[in-house]
Amino acid sequence: MSLLSLALSLVFLALSFLAPNTLTAFLGLGALGVAAFARLEPRVRTLNLALLTLAFTLFLRNSGNTLGLIGLVGILVALTTLPRIPRGIRVALGLAILLLSVPIAGFANTFIFELGIQIGIFAAMSLGLNVVVGMAGLLDLGYAAFFAVGAYTWAIFGSPQAGKFLQGNFPLPGEYMYLFMLIAVVTTAITGLLIGLPALRLRGDYLAIVTLGLGEVVRILANNLDHPINITNGPQGITPVGRPPIDWFRSLMGALGVRLDETTDYQLFFYLLVLAMIGLVVLANVNLANSRFGRAWVAIREDEIAAQAMGIPLLPTKLIAFMTGAAFSGVMGVIYGAQRTFVSPESFTLLASITILAMVILGGMGSIPGAILGAAALTILNLDILKTFSEFVRTSLPWIPSQVDPAKYERLVFGLILVLMMIYRPQGLIPEARHRAELEEEA
Amino acid sequence: MLEQILVLLPQVLFDGFILGFIYAMIALGYTMVYGVLELINFAHSEIFMIGAVAGVEVFRYLAPLIPNGYLLLLVAVVLVERMAYRPLRRRGTTNRLVPLVTAIGVSFFLQDLVRLIEGLWHNEFFLRMRTIPDLEGSFTLFGGAIFIQTKSVIVIVVSVLMLWGLTYLVNRTKLGMAIRAVAQDLSTASLMGINPDLIISRTFLIGGALGGVAGVLFALIYTTINPYVGFLPGIKAFTAAVLGGIGNIPGAMLGGLVLGQLENFFGTYLPILTAGNFGTEYKDVVAFLILIFILLFRPQGLLGQMVKEKV
Repeated sequence: MSLLSLALSLVFLALSFLAPNTLTAFLGLGALGVAAFARLEPRVRTLNLALLTLAFTLFLRNSGNTLGLIGLVGILVALTTLPRIPRGIRVALGLAILLLSVPIAGFANTFIFELGIQIGIFAAMSLGLNVVVGMAGLLDLGYAAFFAVGAYTWAIFGSPQAGKFLQGNFPLPGEYMYLFMLIAVVTTAITGLLIGLPALRLRGDYLAIVTLGLGEVVRILANNLDHPINITNGPQGITPVGRPPIDWFRSLMGALGVRLDETTDYQLFFYLLVLAMIGLVVLANVNLANSRFGRAWVAIREDEIAAQAMGIPLLPTKLIAFMTGAAFSGVMGVIYGAQRTFVSPESFTLLASITILAMVILGGMGSIPGAILGAAALTILNLDILKTFSEFVRTSLPWIPSQVDPAKYERLVFGLILVLMMIYRPQGLIPEARHRAELEEEA
Repeated sequence: MLEQILVLLPQVLFDGFILGFIYAMIALGYTMVYGVLELINFAHSEIFMIGAVAGVEVFRYLAPLIPNGYLLLLVAVVLVERMAYRPLRRRGTTNRLVPLVTAIGVSFFLQDLVRLIEGLWHNEFFLRMRTIPDLEGSFTLFGGAIFIQTKSVIVIVVSVLMLWGLTYLVNRTKLGMAIRAVAQDLSTASLMGINPDLIISRTFLIGGALGGVAGVLFALIYTTINPYVGFLPGIKAFTAAVLGGIGNIPGAMLGGLVLGQLENFFGTYLPILTAGNFGTEYKDVVAFLILIFILLFRPQGLLGQMVKEKV
């Protein structure tokens, strides 16, 4: 088995030079499957994963095919979940994938940078929602509202928009984006407080519908506050949203021997910025999970009345969970607005909230690697696989009417994922230890 | 300004009733399912939407012969309950999030499923109700103070009949008694020889049927329909159910009528009262704010009773 698995990986490595096409990518994914699931010696498995990392990187460099990115995500999942891989190797390989393989692939195909940035933004938001839904068990269906507040916080002041209702010199210079990432933490936390104060007094299922309603209220406000005072510029949205100047970044990369051009410089910058943010968010998440608050949240999730009897103040504890989740989302909103240089209400619909919820549920409520995996899987599905499938339908199946465009059917896919996960695997793909124990007990 | 308000008032009240009847019929579906299962059936708004789409399709091909499209709708309701909710009940999970998330998933799935079907069928998912010449007439009352379309008379007659029928069914028939028994205490009811699974699917069916009728009437009045049209009426009808006291059948009717009046009132008068600064688009905000206020100050609703949560 070991030999077969190694041989497969080596064949893939060779083919990634000779014939980097879709068929080869599927061979590589197969090799990854064997390396992850077959009974292998831990050392062979580790070697195998290292080989595959190299092979997928080369494959991406030579072809720019996004299937290679799925392979890299798969390796990351294997590195975080499989037992008995030396810790040093996990960290080294993981960092190599994030800091070397993805940028290399990005230079071959800039769409991969775009995918990486979107995955990162949604991963950070699922981690935020994970605090609210996963740890504290509060079903929030209006999470995109906080994302919107964060995005608008910077978009209004980082563009000429603020000049329409305030005296002063707008847009603010791009460097202010970093400051506004902090300000967005405050504004979204306050929004979380305002929404949470009435909503969190209610029992679970009422909370869901009230957050859904309030999320909708935020969107309606964003859509209509272009009169009497033009604050949000209404449905047209705000553009251009400022970006921080990155001359220092260009010269730093130049010193490291990376040559950047007009399009890739900002993409690499935002990719690394998002990675750094995820690092911070994961750190915060791990520490919160093991803190007094984290334990209190889990206690509330498991049994509200028992938690109260143990002396946990319900409303403040829930509010803190709500505000923490909101703050994560707000920071990512600022980056989202700056990266796209455009913010409009239609990015913050119920669909966006449900998408993030589906990410958390797919990965496993309460599980940190799960939330990231969920974000990666659904973002790739949404931005890449469904679009590719659309292309396939348009070119190869002409009898299907033109209005039936698979890329537009995210709701069908996300709805199906939610229902199937709830029926067959409610603990998610990478379950949190405590949740897993609880659900097994019930069965 | 006051004069302007008074002139419009009879018309506003009348339109409010039309809207209110539609909300009341949808709200009954939420309230009945909540009564027996303690589940907010998010997918109910999609049952309403399917009713509207089925209505358009039936009128397109069959002229006013509603029952055929209706069978399709009822099949959908039963399927949702069988495929999605029953497996969960069988497993008996105690986690409250699980059924809720399932319901949301079903709701999203159904929206795009209908879009897919309509797309494959007509290559178009924005649908228009066929105009039916017999129903296009209108007349005025009180010297022109109220303008009434023939369609709205149909809406009122049908909804009053449906609401009366439901009240009769729940209070006077054996099935109604069984539904009330299951709502009160599921396990005791099953000891008394009632099959709770059967009663639960019947409840889903009855609630779904009302929602579907509301959908057809909605399509008749608003004429343009798409697969995403269920969301807002759905969430407002839920608000109506909470307003009247969730689980309470007369409450849902009252809540629907009150909410219809309030929404129509604010929708019409908000631009007048704020001198055009805040327009009709804020009427949805009003509905949500009402929901929050009730939940904060009278969570049991207008007609509901307070239930203490036991450990």
